Amino acid sequence: MGNILILAEHTDGKLRAATLSAVSFARKLKEAKGGAELHGLVIGAGASVADEFAKYVDKVSTVESAELASYQAETWSGAAKQVFEQAGADVLCAAATSTAKDLLPRVAALLGCGMVSEVATVEGPKTFKRPMLAGNAIGTVEVLSDKMVATVRQSEWAAAEPSGTGTVAAADGGAMNALGASVERVETVKNERPDLTEASVVIAGGRGMKAAENFAHLEKLADIFGGAMGATRAACDAGMVPNDLQVGQTGKVVAPDLYIAIGISGAIQHLAGMKGSKVIVAINKDPEAPIFSVADYGLVAKWEDTLPELTEKIQVIKSR
Amino acid sequence: MKILVTAKRVPDPEQKVKLNGGVVDTSGMNFVVNPFDEYAVEAALRLAEAGGDNEVVVLSIGSKDVSQQIRSCLAMGAHRGILVEGDDNALDAEQVARIVAAVYEREKPDLLLLGKQTVDGDANQVAQLVAGFLGLPQACFACEIELGDNLLSVGREIDGGTEYKRVPLPAVVSVDLRIVLPTAVRAPGNSQTYAEGPRYASLKGIMQAKKKKIEEISAGDLGVTPTPMVKTVTIEAPAERGGGVIVGSVDELISKLRDEAKAL
Ligand SMILES: Cc1cc2nc3c(=O)[nH]c(=O)nc-3n(C[C@H](O)[C@H](O)[C@H](O)COP(=O)(O)OP(=O)(O)OC[C@H]3O[C@@H](n4cnc5c(N)ncnc54)[C@H](O)[C@@H]3O)c2cc1C
Ligand SMILES: Nc1ncnc2c1ncn2[C@@H]1O[C@H](COP(=O)(O)O)[C@@H](O)[C@H]1O
Repeated sequence: MGNILILAEHTDGKLRAATLSAVSFARKLKEAKGGAELHGLVIGAGASVADEFAKYVDKVSTVESAELASYQAETWSGAAKQVFEQAGADVLCAAATSTAKDLLPRVAALLGCGMVSEVATVEGPKTFKRPMLAGNAIGTVEVLSDKMVATVRQSEWAAAEPSGTGTVAAADGGAMNALGASVERVETVKNERPDLTEASVVIAGGRGMKAAENFAHLEKLADIFGGAMGATRAACDAGMVPNDLQVGQTGKVVAPDLYIAIGISGAIQHLAGMKGSKVIVAINKDPEAPIFSVADYGLVAKWEDTLPELTEKIQVIKSR
Repeated sequence: MKILVTAKRVPDPEQKVKLNGGVVDTSGMNFVVNPFDEYAVEAALRLAEAGGDNEVVVLSIGSKDVSQQIRSCLAMGAHRGILVEGDDNALDAEQVARIVAAVYEREKPDLLLLGKQTVDGDANQVAQLVAGFLGLPQACFACEIELGDNLLSVGREIDGGTEYKRVPLPAVVSVDLRIVLPTAVRAPGNSQTYAEGPRYASLKGIMQAKKKKIEEISAGDLGVTPTPMVKTVTIEAPAERGGGVIVGSVDELISKLRDEAKAL
């Protein structure tokens, strides 16, 4: 039985919380396999990420070189394949972040093995459940190849707790070929709020918010909770908020304790990203809006008439 | 420039999913072009409308019925179609990617354009797999494409922002939703202004599409016998969310949130 290799995601020299969801998956899969070593793979980061990751796994391999300093599928895929083989792994996994979604299928192509996207549960060493059809169906899939690659849906896997101290060693990423591709620049959106996928409260707005400046009302409410902001595709496309706030089939999948949807109709593609939330509140002026079919508490009203009052009263309760 | 675009047929996302005995019940179901693929066709056409000797070829793998979806891409303006026969409900991403790679080898396009994911399988794998098989550079989740001198500068949607990646042609690009915003695709020599969204086929386009060629071939003709790596055992309905209540006022909402849901 082979080992399980987990790709570390990192930003600014820190391990991203998404990786800890992948660790939870790997531990569950280890159980199903009846044993395996958990190996961590850190590409293009300093020692701080590797040391942090070593608290969760048996062994961490770090691969560093000038070509690997910033993420690129062409170079990272080769390095991942190389370490996979060195680690005696038969599973490569990561949380379904934008990096892993881009990289892992390419690694699967190089390994010549099957891949399962966005795993929700482990049913057996080779059998998994995953959402399909915008979350309107749950598929049970079985991997037929000996080796496999998987991304896991972060909202389905709680962050793992540290388990001890693993070893850290440098590994060889092999020959690198960027195939002429290069990253010119990355434009990141400054965001002081908690990450959308990690926040326990999400305040989301849709086209019904009408204008970018109106999102300030949602921010106020988010601030009270220390929550994150979310949005629909319509709100993002209209330029009201940055694209990376999009929740849904094509955006982020979230499952906070509380999701407040304001001016959101509730298209299936949006529901796909939030209907796993514990408590859902919707404010919409249209009583027929599909969002009410998933909302625990619905308020049929214009946000202009209700949101300021709601914010004020929650503020009072929260400051007590 | 020659652009190969893939297009899968999917159940219309607007209709309710019917499941029966562990599979999607497709009886009486309406099929559409996978929205991301429709967007890819739109992006390809915008690139091709820069002028010069351009061709947009649409590839779909499925039953003979998918000629209907290919036809609607041709009606948008694509030049010809290729239908590779296969069971689109049973093929896994590996098999699709092997066939796409084989068609790529035969057609030798300058650009292979795909949707980022199918909205039925939600796998988001094929573009990356094909790029890996062929050893081509990839730019996935594109929200902007700018054509340069035998290269593309692609804006990719990533967690927390946008990454701008330069890829030499030939390359594999998969498109995200925002590729259909008015100025998302830019090519020198194309000064047309575009409305948001994929274009509707004009009556003229529909008439012309009837005369355009759709070549029907099998995977065997391409010299590939792809074997599945992942099998779908069963498909079931997810647990339904219990219906909620409509509250009459902000005060009622607050007391429910505080006392019933313990969310405040
Ligand atoms: C392939 C594909 C993928 C997609 N992926 C996603 C995705 O990941 N995420 C996503 O969100 N969408 C996605 N979409 C788009 C989705 O189909 C919907 O178009 C979108 O979610 C609608 O956004 P909305 O609810 O903000 O806008 P609308 O549907 O226009 O709804 C606006 C709502 O605001 C209400 N309203 C208006 N004024 C007020 C007011 N003053 N007070 C209170 N309520 C008011 C209206 O009653 C209405 O219900 C996708 C679409 C496609 C084709
Ligand atoms: N049967 C098919 N025929 C043509 N293209 C397909 C098919 N299946 C998948 N694709 C392409 O691959 C992309 C990604 O699909 P997937 O990885 O399955 O989510 C889709 O957007 C299509 O462009």
